[in-house]
Amino acid sequence: MELTLSNNNKITISSNSIKYSDNWKLGENIFNSVLTGSGIMIIMIVIGIFLTLILSSLPSIKQFGINFVTGTTWDPVFERFGALPFIAGTLITSFLALLISIPFSIAISILLGEYFKRGIFSGFIKSMTELLAGVPSVIFGFWGIFFLVPIVREFEKILGITAYGIGIFSSSIILAIMIIPFSASVGREVIELVPSDIKEAAYAMGATRYEVIKKIVLPYAKSGIFAGIILSLGRALGETMAVTMLIGNFNKMPTSIFAPANTMASVIANEFSESTFELYTSSLIEIGVLLFIVSTVINLIGKWVIKRMVVR
Amino acid sequence: MENQILTTENLFAHYGDIDTIKNVNVSFPKNSITAIMGPSGCGKTTFLRCLNRMHELTPNAGSRGKIILHDEDLNKLEPIEVRRKIGMVFQRPNPFPTMTIYDNVIAGYKLNGIRKKRIEFDHIVEDSLKKAGLWEEVKNNLHKKGSFLSGGQQQRLCIARALAVNPEIILMDEPTSALDPIATKIIEELIVELKNTVTVIMVTHNLAQAGRVSDYTAFFYLGDLLEFGQTEKVFTNPKNEITEKFLTGKIG
Amino acid sequence: MTETNLKIRSIKNIIFRTIIIGVALLAILPLFFIIFYVIKEGLSAINWEFISSVAKPIGESGGGILSALVGSSILIVIAVIIAIPIGISAGLYISEHSDSKLSSMIRLSVEVLQGTPSIVIGIIGYFWFVKPMGHFSALSGGIALALMMLPMIVKTAEETLRMIPFSLKEASLALGVPYYKTILKVILPAGLSGIMTGVIIGIARIAGETAPLLFTAFGNAFFSTNILKPIDSLPLLIFNYATSPYTDWHKMAWGASTVLIFFILILNITTRIIVNKWKIKY
Repeated sequence: MELTLSNNNKITISSNSIKYSDNWKLGENIFNSVLTGSGIMIIMIVIGIFLTLILSSLPSIKQFGINFVTGTTWDPVFERFGALPFIAGTLITSFLALLISIPFSIAISILLGEYFKRGIFSGFIKSMTELLAGVPSVIFGFWGIFFLVPIVREFEKILGITAYGIGIFSSSIILAIMIIPFSASVGREVIELVPSDIKEAAYAMGATRYEVIKKIVLPYAKSGIFAGIILSLGRALGETMAVTMLIGNFNKMPTSIFAPANTMASVIANEFSESTFELYTSSLIEIGVLLFIVSTVINLIGKWVIKRMVVR
Repeated sequence: MENQILTTENLFAHYGDIDTIKNVNVSFPKNSITAIMGPSGCGKTTFLRCLNRMHELTPNAGSRGKIILHDEDLNKLEPIEVRRKIGMVFQRPNPFPTMTIYDNVIAGYKLNGIRKKRIEFDHIVEDSLKKAGLWEEVKNNLHKKGSFLSGGQQQRLCIARALAVNPEIILMDEPTSALDPIATKIIEELIVELKNTVTVIMVTHNLAQAGRVSDYTAFFYLGDLLEFGQTEKVFTNPKNEITEKFLTGKIG
Repeated sequence: MTETNLKIRSIKNIIFRTIIIGVALLAILPLFFIIFYVIKEGLSAINWEFISSVAKPIGESGGGILSALVGSSILIVIAVIIAIPIGISAGLYISEHSDSKLSSMIRLSVEVLQGTPSIVIGIIGYFWFVKPMGHFSALSGGIALALMMLPMIVKTAEETLRMIPFSLKEASLALGVPYYKTILKVILPAGLSGIMTGVIIGIARIAGETAPLLFTAFGNAFFSTNILKPIDSLPLLIFNYATSPYTDWHKMAWGASTVLIFFILILNITTRIIVNKWKIKY
C-alpha cells in the first residue's frame, strides 16, 4: 500500500494495492465446523440423556416389567420396587395444583391481556410475576415449611383429621403458587394474540367488555390457554425441591389429599445418593425415565399448540 | 470504443429453474456512469448483483457466463476476491450500527483484518469522506456512531465505505430510492464527481435521474438486454420499440 | 324491556370486571407476601460476618455463608464457560440455516432439553461425570447447570440473530469480507445485547437450581475452591439448613435465601437496563 501525498493534500491510494493476506478458507471451514458441531452436540446430548437413562434402568425393567408401574410396594430392604405410590403422588399433587391455579392464572391473564395492557400498574404486576417466576424452588419449599405448613396444620385440626401439616395438600398449594406466574404469562401472551379487529367489530355492534371477553377473546385464545395449562402441568410434574421439602416423603399409596406421600422427582432426590445396590439405583432411574418421557411429551404438545396458534 | 473496464459474455442468471438474465453481452467503459433501466422485474438488480457475485447469496440462485475485468474472468475467482475489487451501494443506506463513523469508513480494512498505522487510516478516512462529500459535515463527530446521521448522509457514508477500499468499479442499486429530493440531488452530483476516480454502474427506475447522471444507458426487458448505448442516443433515438415505449411512459 | 336488558348487561360487565380484578389480586398478593416474608426473616441475619466467613460447627453461634457464595460463583462460572460458546454457536447455526433438517432437529432437541426435569439432569450429571471420576465435584455440578442454561442461550441467540436485517450482512459481504468474519464481527456484535440478556436470564435461572446439584456438586461443609472436589452452593445450603432442626441454621438459611433473591433481582434489573440502553437502530 503506497500513500502519495501530493501538493493539494489529496491522497491517492494506488489501485489494487491492498494486501489481503488472510487464509479465509481455513477460517470459513473451522467456523462452519464449530457451528455445525455445536448443533450436533446438542442433539447428541439429548440422545445421550435418553440412552443413559434407558440403559441404566435396564436391570429394573428386566426384573419387574410392567409390575414396576402397577406395584404399590417400595421396599429396598426386600428389593421390591413398585413405583405406583410415586406415580399417584405426582399425578395427584400436579393435578390438584393445576386445579387450584387455573382460576387465578386465567384471571391474571385476562387482567393483563385485556384490562391493563399498558401502564404502570400492568408493568408492575408483570415484573413482579416475572421476578416470582425466578424465585428458586428451594425458597418456595423453605417458606412452605415455616409459613404454609403451620396454617395447613391448623386447617386440618379444624377438619378433625390427623394434622400432619406436610403432605399432598401443602405441596399442591406451593406448586400452584409456583406455576401461576408461568401459566399467567403464557395466558397473557395468547390473549394478546387475539386480533384487535375482530374485537373492535364486536364492540362496534354494542357488545360490553364482558361479552367480548366471553364470546370473542376466550374462544379465540382457548387452545393457547389450554397449551399454557399443559405446559404448567409439565413444570409441576418435574418440580423437585419444593415438593420434596413439603410432601412428607412417605413411600406408601396416598390415602387422602391431606396425607403425606411422595412424588417421582422427590423419591429420586431423597434416595438416589443412598441407593446402595444396582437394582435400587436402576429402579430410581426407571422413575426418572418415566418422568423424562412424560414431561417431554407434555412439553412438546404444549409448545406445538402454541406455535400453531402464533402461525394462525 | 474507448477503454473498456468490464465486459460480460453470454451472462445468464437464474432463480431456481427460471432464467432471469438471458445471454447478456455488454462492455462498460472506464470512468463512466452507466444507468441500468427497465420496468420492474426486468432483472436489472439481478444483473447488477451478478457483477460482484452477490446474486448467488440468494438460495437456489446462480449465474453462468463470463464477467471479464482486465482479462480476468470474475466468475472463476472466489466471490470474496471479486467483491474486494467491485464495491456496492445498496437501496437503503446500511451503515454498521455498532461502529463509529470512522470505523464505518475503514470497515473494509477492519473487517478483513488488515492492520495499518493510525495515520494511514486517518488519511483514508479523510480522503474517502471528502470524495463522498461528507467530510465537512462529520469531521467533528468521526468517533460517534452514525445513527444520528440523516438518510442521505448515511448513504454518503456507505459510498465512502465503498470508496475506502479503492475499488475500480462501484455498483449502485437504486441508491436514492429511499431518500428525499434534496438528498437525492446531493448524491447525484456526487456520483458525477466520482467518475474521475471509479467506474459507476447504477440501477435506477427514475428516467430523469438516468438522464441527468449517466453517460451510458442499458435497457433491460424480461431478462434481455435490449439496448445499450450513450444515454443521449438511447433517450432521443431508441433503436428498440420497447425501449421507446418505456421511455415515453407506455410501459413501466 | 330493552332498557332493563341493557342494564343487566352492564351490571354483568361490572360484576365480571370486579371478579377478575379480585381474583387476580388474591393470587398476586400472596406472591408478593412470599418475597416480603423471606426478606423480612433474612435481612436481620445479613451482616459482614455472614457474607465473609465460613460456617462454624453446630453449637457455636456466628459464622457465614462464604463457602456457599464462593461455591455458587464457581459453579455458575463453569456453567457459563461451557454453555455460552456451544449455545451461541448452535443458535447461530439454526438462525443461518433456518430451513435445514439439522436445524429442526436441533430445535427439537433444545425443546426437549428445556423440558427435562432438573432432577433428571442431576442423574445425568452423576452418570456422565461423577461415576467415571469416582467422586462428587464442582465440575460435574457446573456441567449439569450448563445443560440447564443451554436451551435458554440457544433460543435467545437464535431469536436475536434472526431479527438482524439481511442488509447488514450484505453490507459486509459486499466489502469482500469472508462469511465467518461477517458473522463474528458484524452480526454477533449487532446481536450482543440480546444474547447478553439471554445469558443473564440463564444465570438467574441456574443460580437457584438445587436438584441438579444434589448428586453432582453435592455440597461441602468446608470451604473449597477445588473444582474437582465437592463444593457447596447457596441453594444446597438453603436446602440443608432449612430441613435441619437447628434454629440458628434456619436463620442462616433465611439470610442465604435473601441474598439469592437479591442476586436474582439484580440480574433481572440488569437485563432490563441492557434491553433499554443498548438498543441498536438499524
